[in-house]
Amino acid sequence: MFDVLTDPWSYPFMQNAFLEVTLVGLVCGLVGCFVVLRGLSFIGDALAHAVFPGVVLSYLAGRSILIGAFAFGVLTALGVGIMSRSRRVSEDSAIGVIFAAFFALGVVLISRQAGFKRDLGALLFGNVLGVSVNDLWATVIIGALVLLVLFVFLKEFVLIAFDETMARSLGYPVFALDLVLLLLVAATIVVSLQTVGNILILALIVTPPATARLLTESLSRMLMLSGALGVVSGIVGLYVSYYQDTAAGGTIVLVATGFFILALVFAPNHGLLSSRWQERRGRHHVHHYHPATEGLDGEAVSLAEPEQGAGANG
Amino acid sequence: MRTGYGAQFQLRHVSFGLRGGDVAGVIGPNGGGKSTLLKALAGVIAIGEGAITLDGAPIRRSQADIAFVPQREEVNWDFPVTARDVVLMGRYRSAGWVRWPGREDRKKADAALEQLGLGGLGGRHISQFSGGQQQRVFLARAIAQEPRVIVLDEPLAGVDATNREIFHRAIESFARAGLIVVMATHDLDEVEATCSHLCCLNQRVVAFGPVKDVFTPDILKATFGGQMAVFR
Repeated sequence: MFDVLTDPWSYPFMQNAFLEVTLVGLVCGLVGCFVVLRGLSFIGDALAHAVFPGVVLSYLAGRSILIGAFAFGVLTALGVGIMSRSRRVSEDSAIGVIFAAFFALGVVLISRQAGFKRDLGALLFGNVLGVSVNDLWATVIIGALVLLVLFVFLKEFVLIAFDETMARSLGYPVFALDLVLLLLVAATIVVSLQTVGNILILALIVTPPATARLLTESLSRMLMLSGALGVVSGIVGLYVSYYQDTAAGGTIVLVATGFFILALVFAPNHGLLSSRWQERRGRHHVHHYHPATEGLDGEAVSLAEPEQGAGANG
Repeated sequence: MRTGYGAQFQLRHVSFGLRGGDVAGVIGPNGGGKSTLLKALAGVIAIGEGAITLDGAPIRRSQADIAFVPQREEVNWDFPVTARDVVLMGRYRSAGWVRWPGREDRKKADAALEQLGLGGLGGRHISQFSGGQQQRVFLARAIAQEPRVIVLDEPLAGVDATNREIFHRAIESFARAGLIVVMATHDLDEVEATCSHLCCLNQRVVAFGPVKDVFTPDILKATFGGQMAVFR
């Protein structure tokens, strides 16, 4: 049994791959929480597709794909931010149209190369087994920067995601902070490209936080759980792909999805089984109901006379 | 506080002033610009022309002094936060960048919850409260912010008698403490019960002044057009 776990570690490329999925899983899980809470899933998907021509260009130039991906990621994050500023419904389709076009541009660019099908596969679906030590260092540095910025502005990101109106009324630069968040998402996508590739990256960003949200009502626990789920999905997925000889990126995403389905069915409050059980006991939608609350609302609440100045300093 | 307001589409030529201790109700038909006015006062949306000032300085300089209580529909009740988390958001600006609210802030948050009859319920997720209690959580957040102005958008929509009573007392205490309160409402009884001033709004200010001068059948008819009959 122990051999089953340690055997893959005897290959250097597997060691690199394990470290890479751990780092990527953590960063995706944490940043992903804000993608989910701020409702940026669609924009995240658009971003992931839009970096593709950058990836192709740097690949054709024989440079690290990080460079091209980063350039396009920053560009499109700014573009998306500016477009979504004017909140009209049609912006949705504009984002969809433009970034599908970006993606097509990447496909056309690479189709000019001989033997492009193999290259295309690696770029679209990732190649975590081909991660070099240099790639690992790049992931460490970019990942650490992303997490640093995320935690510096954590309080503001939470506030904007929960109550944008209040953030504006407090005078926070909401647009600038949204751009920072989009840039973090772009950087996350860039460092994750090698693990799961363009197409599947969104799953790694959205699935662990969505799973974590099913399991807890607390934001700090959601962050921790989501990061842990990202890491565990990566590691389990890599083991499975090693022994079953399946594509690593796809397997990792499927493992993450497996956790999501488990949570969906068995989660204590939001799970399907729990809702069923609650309904059978004559309740509807358990987390909106609380006997103590209902009782308290009906009776007279003794209200201490507010102290002078308790609510004001002016 | 004086406001001159000139956004192109919704409101024109809005101008009035309030002093500390004033409780101003804002009434008018739907689409008459109540929410727009309140959001402008709270600095949520920019104004086209004119100025909104607090103590002679533009509100942009002192936005942490203005607390905004949103309409219930505008809040994402599924967000993973507890009541105390929400109230602590009122302390974010005074905590500054990077730093999180500390022990003093938590004390103030709990005191605000206590003042609104929600003492001991701070650890509960916001979706587990009734509508009126949720509204109180947001009022507690405004209190925790220690503002000089509180702006409330339809705070009493769909709220039962118990919660209404708690609200009245809170608003009275704000006025006694010298705060300016501005409150949009649909409920004309509410105006008589809580407000010192009244702003009748229908794309422009139809009338503004002390309730006893403005709360008249003629002015109400002018504000709401033919939409309502006034029984007095």
